[in-house]
Parts: sequence; structure tokens; C-alpha cells
Amino acid sequence: MWVRAILTGLLLSSSANPLLAGEWSGYVAAEFRWFPNDPSDPRQYSDTNLSAAFRPEYAHQWDKGRQSFSFIGFGRVDQHDDERSHADIRELLYIKAAENWELQAGIGKEYWAVTEFRRLTDIINQDDEVEVPDRREKLGQPMVNFALIQDWGTLGIFVLPYFRERTFPGVEGRLRTIPRVDVDNPVYESSDEDKHIDYALRYAHTFSEWDLGLYYFDGTGRDPRLVPDLNSSGEVVLIPHYDLIQQYGLDLQGTFDEWLWKLEAIQRSGQGPDPKFWSASGGFEYTFFGVRESAVDVGLLVEYIWDERGRNATTPFDNDWFMASRITLNDVDSSELLAGFVIDGSSQAYSLYVQGSRRFGDNWKLDLTGRTFQNLTPADPGYSFRNDDYLQLQLFYYF
Amino acid sequence: MKKHLLLLLCIVLPVSVYAETAEEKGLAIAVESDKRDTGWGDQTSSMKMILRNRQGEESQRDIRNRSLEVDGDGDKALIIFDNPRDVKGTAFLSFTHAIKPDDQWLYLPALKRVKRISSSNKSGPFMGSEFAYEDISSQEIEKYKYKFIKDEDLNGRATFVNERYPQYKHSGYTRQVAWIDKQMYQPLKVEFYDRKGELLKTLTYHDYKQYLNRYWRPDRMEMVNHQTGKSTTLLWSEYQHKTGLTDRDFDKKSLKRAR
Repeated sequence: MWVRAILTGLLLSSSANPLLAGEWSGYVAAEFRWFPNDPSDPRQYSDTNLSAAFRPEYAHQWDKGRQSFSFIGFGRVDQHDDERSHADIRELLYIKAAENWELQAGIGKEYWAVTEFRRLTDIINQDDEVEVPDRREKLGQPMVNFALIQDWGTLGIFVLPYFRERTFPGVEGRLRTIPRVDVDNPVYESSDEDKHIDYALRYAHTFSEWDLGLYYFDGTGRDPRLVPDLNSSGEVVLIPHYDLIQQYGLDLQGTFDEWLWKLEAIQRSGQGPDPKFWSASGGFEYTFFGVRESAVDVGLLVEYIWDERGRNATTPFDNDWFMASRITLNDVDSSELLAGFVIDGSSQAYSLYVQGSRRFGDNWKLDLTGRTFQNLTPADPGYSFRNDDYLQLQLFYYF
Repeated sequence: MKKHLLLLLCIVLPVSVYAETAEEKGLAIAVESDKRDTGWGDQTSSMKMILRNRQGEESQRDIRNRSLEVDGDGDKALIIFDNPRDVKGTAFLSFTHAIKPDDQWLYLPALKRVKRISSSNKSGPFMGSEFAYEDISSQEIEKYKYKFIKDEDLNGRATFVNERYPQYKHSGYTRQVAWIDKQMYQPLKVEFYDRKGELLKTLTYHDYKQYLNRYWRPDRMEMVNHQTGKSTTLLWSEYQHKTGLTDRDFDKKSLKRAR
């Protein structure tokens, strides 16, 4: 409801208010998914699913670009999954940039990760898990961020006054846990629940070839523990438990000619019964530029993900290898192909992933994605996904 | 930049009074071009890029450019894409260095991700065009060795024909032949020879205008690839200088505001 109110307010004000003489852009997308296998839970939909998404953006800057206002909305209507039909304000942000400091206030997104697969260090934004099952989509986070910008680096404090719960697919949705996650009755460690004020302190700087980030976070962790329980209708469900945590994080990338070396590490304490634990993700990206005197670039990506908690981790990735190749044609249509897999180092369960995209004309873009899950045993945290191999076709119209 | 210049001038000027080798004269021309184009502080401009394939089919890109002159080092540059629409808001930040690799970051607005990228991709096409990354990055004296070839009239204008040989790693060229206008000390034409020594591309500069009574900028550039038959036109507009930009308009944080 508040999404609609703000949207309407913005649309009205932009025509009336000369200060907001910015520009609208964005996309409308149609999505088609095909699941060749019968679902693991008979309540989940079979075969195909249609879905449509809308992402309007408004951006305006003034004061020679030193002040800006931006809005990004997102909405999706899904044929079968009620939880996937959702709307969110991805961004509603004012930025003021002075010579030695910068202020951001509103709803925003912070991307700190350097690795391609896991994005371990990102902690400001919650995952919009109904969108894609790979943490790539994030929910907008209310925040005030003040950063000092000095020769020795950028030191910023984030005050996060409102907590966003993770989205999970609904009863009929695919690519979900079995039993399903009941998002209506989350358990918070803080008595303030989603009103608890979280903080983060971050230092970032570039030391010639190295880009370094260090942070400390204190507040409600974005990663819930999923605890089996009975809901009011006697159904076994997973209840998200959101714990108060403290987390130290590091992100580091070294860029040396064709090599990008990447490391992310976190140390978290306060999550459920787990004592303090470490997790890390690291690897490299190597690119063969202009293969055989052509315009084509071929990149190789290798990453290893480790979590000290092992099988008890809140993620399926505790001892996993990710390997992929990215082929960029560098043509007029920006054609790209990413193909890879992630394999569990102990159970040998693996998932293959292929994604290709290209532009048509100035406004259209086509994206084809396929994913398969193999060798999953009942002991594997990804076992629920064993019948969820899928092909996805997305057509975007950008305006 | 200035320190290097003074040094070079000290070396080059006394020599040029006496017998001058072709290499010395080539370098002296480059130094003079650089000297005349120093002091603009910062620059903003808009650019329309028209890509044509062999069949003559066109597609268009709209780009905004900002650059900042840096004392004693290469320039800083920020390139922001407005069109095609799927890459709107994508921004490319580059700190140019004379010989050591440039520092480059790419901003992907959908993810809000600032990614440090490899700058080894010198010879790769910029946005699917016939311009390589090395063609659009700032031209520092130390990036090349030079050799003066001859004086020649080009379309009724007196020019120096000056060859330059890339000294940085990963260049796609063995040499470039530049026709430098004797009045403006700006190029009118450049031929690019590939790694096999074959003629690859020709770039021509059109409709130069002078800004702040000093700095010459072309309104149009035409790049033709002789090996593929493809071509790219750059149409420049809204040149502005000394607008008061600082390092803060060229840092990683500035990428997020640059839409």
C-alpha cells in the first residue's frame, strides 16, 4: 500500500515540481519458466509458469552532480506463486556529496562483494529470494549513511532503522524448500522485532592494485535460521528465526593484468546455538582478451566457498567449488554467455548453470537461463531442489 | 604531466637547434601538441556514437564524458551510458597512466556494483564499436615512441606526418601514422596498423572548433575498419571546460550518482 502511495506521489510531483525535472527509465519484462520434472511437493505447480515484472526508475541530479535523488520501484505478477507476486521499493535515495564527506538517506542498496558466486560479505540488504534462488536480487534497505572521504580512505557509518524479512516462494512456488518457509510468523531475537536499529561501520580504500573493504555489523542478521515447526493449521513448516549478530567482514580484490584475485571473509557471532564462526569465499577470474585476434573475450572463474559450521550452516555452501566460463562477444548486441557449475566438495552434489543474453535493437533484450540440480541426496540441504531443473526465457523491454 | 614536459623540453629544445633526427622531431611534435593542449583543467562533453556494419545497418549509443587533467600523471575519465537503454547508467571510470596499467572500474547500476576490471583489454572494441579502448583513452606522450616521416598537404592543410609506436603492453597496433595539422597541432587523420603490420583502420577528424581561445576539439570523428567494412561515427557536442570538477567527481562513489 505504502509502495503505491509513494509511487503516486512521485508521479504527481514530477510533473508539478520543477526541482524533480529528472528522467524516467526502466523496463517491463515477461518471463517464462519450464520445469520438465514433476514437483517434489504435489501442491507446487507443474510444467510452466508465466510472470511479468515492471521496474520503473527515476533519476535526477543537480548541483553539478553533487546532489541526486533517485527512485527504483519493482513489481512482479506471477501466475502460480502468490509470494512471488510482490512489489518493493528498491531505491528511494537522496545523496549529497561534499568534497570530504558524503551523505545518503532513504532506501538504498550496498554491494560490497567481489566474488561472483556467493556474495558472502553483503550484509546491508536482504535477499529477494522469490526472484532468483542465487542471492542476486536484493530488497531495498532503509538507511542513513554518512561517510568521511579522506586521502587514507572512506570511513562510513550506516544506521539501518528498519529490518526487511527475506522473501521465500509460496506453497505453489517452485525452487523452494520442503517443507515450505512460513513467512507470516517469523521469530525475532530482538523484542523490537523489525524495528530494531542495526548499525554498520565500513572502511574502504584502493591501494594501487588492491581494492580493500573492512566492516563491522551489529544488528539483526539478514540470514535466518530455518527451524521446523507446526503452524496453526497443523502443517509442518520452516519458521525463519532472525538472530541478533555481530559480524566482521573483509572484501579484497587484487587486479593484475588479466588476473582478478578475490577474497571475502566474515566472522559472525550470535547466530542461534552456533559459537563464533568463520566463513570465506575466494578465487580468481582470468580473462583471455581478444581470443585469436577476434573481439571475443573468454573469462575463467574459479571460486571456493567454505563455512566453518559445515552441514549446520544456514546456507548449502560450506565446502563448495564454483567454476565457470564467461564468453563476451563484444558485438553490437552485447551478446554474452555464462556457463558453469557449483559442486559440493563432500557430497559431490552439483548444479549446472547456463545463461545467455543479447540485445535486439535499442530497447529489447533476451535472456535464456537453464539450471539443473544433480546428485542430491536426502542429507543434502539442496535436496528440496532435486526436481526443480528449469529453463527460463526472459524478454525485456527497456524504456 | 608538467614535470615530464619540462624535462622533455630541456632535452628536446637545445637539440632541435642543431641537426635533429626523425625520432627527435617526431617527439618534439608530440610534446608541442601536448603542451598546447595542457591547462584545460576539466572537460565535459556529450557523444553520439553511430555504429555501422558492412551492410550499412546502424545502431546508436549516447554517452556522456567527463575528464580531469592530473598533474604528473595521465588524466582521469568517467564515461556514462544513456543509450541503448539496457545499459543506461552504466559507467566506466578510468585513471590513465603513461606506461603502467590504467586503473579501471565499471559500475553496473542494476546491481549497484562497482567492479575493478582488468585494463589489459586495450585492443578490445569499446561498446561494440570500431574504437578500441586504447583509441579512446587519454594520449600521454610516454605511451609512444615517435618518428617524423615528412611534411604533407592533407585536404589543403599543411601537416606533419608522424609515426608513433605504442610502448604500453597489450596494444593491438604495431604502429600508427598520424597527420598532425601544423596550425592546431591536432590530428586530422590517423592510420592504425595491426599486429601483423596490415592497415586495419583509418580515423579522420572533422569540424574542429576552438574552446577558451586555445583548445581545439573536433565535432565529428570517423573510424573505418578496412578489414571488416564496419565503421563508427562519433558526434561530439556540449564541450565545456574548467567547470570546477575535482577528484571527488572521479571516485568510486561518484559512479553511483552519475546517471
